[in-house]
Amino acid sequence: MANVSAVGEPSGPRPSKGFNPKRIIIYGIIIVAAMYYLLPLYVMITTSLKGLPEIRLGNIFAPPLEIITIEPWVKAWTSACTGLTCNGLAPGFWNSVKITVPSTIISVLVAAVSGYALVNWRFKGSEFFFTCLLLGSFIPYQVMLYPMVMITAQLKIFGTLWAVILVHTVFGMPILVLLFRNYFASLPQELFKAARVDGAGFWRIFFQIMVPMSLPIFAVAIILQVTGIWNDFLFGVVFAGTQNYPMTVQLNNIVNSTQGVREYNVNMAATILTAAVPLIVYFVSGKWFVRGIAAGAVKG
Amino acid sequence: MQSSVSIRDVSLNFGNVQVLRNLNLEVGQGEFIVLLGPSGCGKSTLLNCIAGLLDVSGGQIFIGGKNVTWAEPKDRGIGMVFQSYALYPQMTVEKNLSFGLRVAGMAKEEVNARVKRAAEILQLEPFLQRKPANLSGGQRQRVAIGRALVRDVDVFLFDEPLSNLDAKLRSDLRVEIKRLHQRLKNTMIYVTHDQIEALTLADRIAIMKNGEIQQLSDPHTIYNNPVNLYVAGFIGSPSMNFLQGTLSGTSFTAEDGTVIPVGNYKFTAPSSGQIKAVLGVRPEHIVLGEDAQRMPFSTEVEIEIVEPMGSDTLAWTKIAGHSVTFRADSDVVLTVGQKLFVGFDPARGSLFNAETTNRV
Amino acid sequence: MTDIGRSGAVSRPVEADKPPGLLYNIFVRNITAKIAASPMVAIVLIVFIGCTLWSVWFSFTDSRSLPNGDFVGWAQYERLFSARRWKISATNLLTYGIFSLVFTMVVGFLLAVLMDQKLRFEDGFRTIFLYPFALSGIVTGLVWQWIMNPTLGLQSTIRGLGWTSFTFDWITNTDMVLYALLIAGTWHGTGFVMVLMLAGLRSIDGEIWKAARVDGIPTWRTYLQIVLPMMRGVIVTTLVIVGSGIVRTYDLVVALTNGGPGLSSEVPAKYVINYMFTAGNLGQALAASTVMLLAVFVILIPWMIIEFGPKKAH
Repeated sequence: MANVSAVGEPSGPRPSKGFNPKRIIIYGIIIVAAMYYLLPLYVMITTSLKGLPEIRLGNIFAPPLEIITIEPWVKAWTSACTGLTCNGLAPGFWNSVKITVPSTIISVLVAAVSGYALVNWRFKGSEFFFTCLLLGSFIPYQVMLYPMVMITAQLKIFGTLWAVILVHTVFGMPILVLLFRNYFASLPQELFKAARVDGAGFWRIFFQIMVPMSLPIFAVAIILQVTGIWNDFLFGVVFAGTQNYPMTVQLNNIVNSTQGVREYNVNMAATILTAAVPLIVYFVSGKWFVRGIAAGAVKG
Repeated sequence: MQSSVSIRDVSLNFGNVQVLRNLNLEVGQGEFIVLLGPSGCGKSTLLNCIAGLLDVSGGQIFIGGKNVTWAEPKDRGIGMVFQSYALYPQMTVEKNLSFGLRVAGMAKEEVNARVKRAAEILQLEPFLQRKPANLSGGQRQRVAIGRALVRDVDVFLFDEPLSNLDAKLRSDLRVEIKRLHQRLKNTMIYVTHDQIEALTLADRIAIMKNGEIQQLSDPHTIYNNPVNLYVAGFIGSPSMNFLQGTLSGTSFTAEDGTVIPVGNYKFTAPSSGQIKAVLGVRPEHIVLGEDAQRMPFSTEVEIEIVEPMGSDTLAWTKIAGHSVTFRADSDVVLTVGQKLFVGFDPARGSLFNAETTNRV
Repeated sequence: MTDIGRSGAVSRPVEADKPPGLLYNIFVRNITAKIAASPMVAIVLIVFIGCTLWSVWFSFTDSRSLPNGDFVGWAQYERLFSARRWKISATNLLTYGIFSLVFTMVVGFLLAVLMDQKLRFEDGFRTIFLYPFALSGIVTGLVWQWIMNPTLGLQSTIRGLGWTSFTFDWITNTDMVLYALLIAGTWHGTGFVMVLMLAGLRSIDGEIWKAARVDGIPTWRTYLQIVLPMMRGVIVTTLVIVGSGIVRTYDLVVALTNGGPGLSSEVPAKYVINYMFTAGNLGQALAASTVMLLAVFVILIPWMIIEFGPKKAH
């Protein structure tokens, strides 16, 4: 009966005003913003594919027209000069791998066990240490840097990869422990109690019950650590020693070395290569990455 | 009775899922209607459509005689109370009550007068300068009602308003809502999954399932004359006992062969031939001992489980091969294994066609 | 590993009945948990507390390239606050910090609000806004160094299009270089703020929005007067994280301007590193780092009040 009612009588869904100015403004703003965010990536990729003459003549915002060449990429990887040597970024890449892999594994494991102990096996002072850890995460690294240099020197690892790995493990602790503690606290406590009543001990509960249930948070922690450690500059430059400089340090040396002609295409190819690992991790993991930073911050 | 809210052929689809199917409902002026059903039956969705918070896919909604199908919620002449109270946490009670009015540009004196009246009706005067965080659950819900009250509208919509409260507070607030309705005489549409709330508050109850209204009647009819097996099973706690069998003429034969005469049952239509049927009997309609012998049907049974409930006692037994509960006065001593006579009057029961599940 | 914590409680009830002694409580109870947490405890005690105290202590000495100097009281601090380079660094950080904080917070919130409008391709836009956050300060600095380079980037491009008087030379302009830093910093950090704000927006009870609609409150007022105040916790947390990040600003400056032109974009973190490793004046570096520490604690106070302050009733 409703459908027979007089013409113009409202019935059914609200008519969508096909041309909604509000929506168009929203999309307009967001697209302009997206362009601002994409611009640098665009500039880097296009410039890295251009030859030097084209860069000198044209502008960096124009797409590569004359020749698309991967030569700058090859040069950036194998033979770009840092001011001292001309081996390209490859050694830096492998140094970064050698730093990132062990640092990530060690810091995530230590943090997972600590977070688990904090939640399920409370001991006197556990909350105190956790609060200190949390506050410690805000202390500027510069404050603790020199003493850390002395500690690593005492351990006779200063200027080696081990020093960087140790430093990353130490300074990754606050955010990771927070992440794991919050996650373990969100699991039902009955589970833990039931396992204890069944006679399972600390490690058995951890490895057979907690870890299998926590794979998502391990993923988040690994993503956080891999991107964070890969992107580090300060610790690499201070602790690693010239032979072991990670990729970020070498990149800065290549680009800001003042010798010779500035080869912008090579520099930009080198920059993309350095950014590639965290970018791939970010694009592949997408939601996990977002979850990691949201969980680490909102709950904290 | 003049229609206050009128829902005509309303349907709503989310993609391919039909949430509401060609629903019709006329709510009278000053009537208290309860939409009752399990979660996912579409009752809250219907309420959100009436409020204008959801767009319908088809059909029309009239409030106070006006077609509001396309109107914004604020222009529909409704006030709404939510389960989570949805109070603005950073504002005092007074600001919570007055915010909408002030945004609408109402004169200050008028705003103050309305807030004062609402606070007086809901006994909120002592709390006007407090923030919601410093109120108890019951007080918060009263503020939420007050926010609907100050809008001076004809229709109040309640979306499970008592579900977040503990049992004691819930029954207190139930009475307050009833009192409020008697005082204001507004139209109220109230969504709940709690049948006690529905039975105690409603002028009429609409029992919903899968986006359709199964039965729309006053609580007494709903309870005593459910139109189908679903309504019969949903209303009542403990729920109605069901005996499977066949119905031919005026006699019901249970699956184990027990014959129950249903001669005095008021059939909705003259029965025809033999059909598979279900006989429903409410636990409190089963009587014991000598009273049982006077009933059209009685039999000797053995008590299996006894559950004392305080005011009465619930017992479990078997009749005609089916597990059956009945209610006894708490003074009657029942023990497990005890044998006794129970009986009931099929006229007070309900008969359903087993295939169509409708009342016969 | 034997698990005394468990067996004490469950499988050896007889022993558990004995009142445990003090030593038992400190060392034996939950021993495995204590061993498991010992790396964390060691890190807190040695690094976060120990190293910090060490640095503060040695900031009162005249240590040069090695930490063995004599106690000189406040001399390093007096020197610090009269040093031109420190004054520039500190003022820069203050200016940059305030602008950056306000800018990233406001833009991040606005983006989050826009993203909250049931957009198509929401995931795509979020990916675009957030990817700079996955990049290092070095990469960010280098890219923007090129885009803002007058002879290579935007200025030369626009001039090439015919507008020959167009000038965009902030990166080489002593007065404007901080705003160049701001452009790069905002690009890097707003996505992060947006994600946090969006998570905050999404965590708000949907019924609040319904109630506001029934009350007839316009969307922008609902955001401003109802939702924003409800997000106080998220906002404070974000402020603290962004703020403490700003105090640490180092790589971005190194890559973008290396402190130049002249000293015009120096920052305290760079001052510390410079005196610590290049200029060989450890005492001065540690005094500067101690001041940075104090600055962070000033930022932390509002957060600590909310986190650890007296909780309201209910």
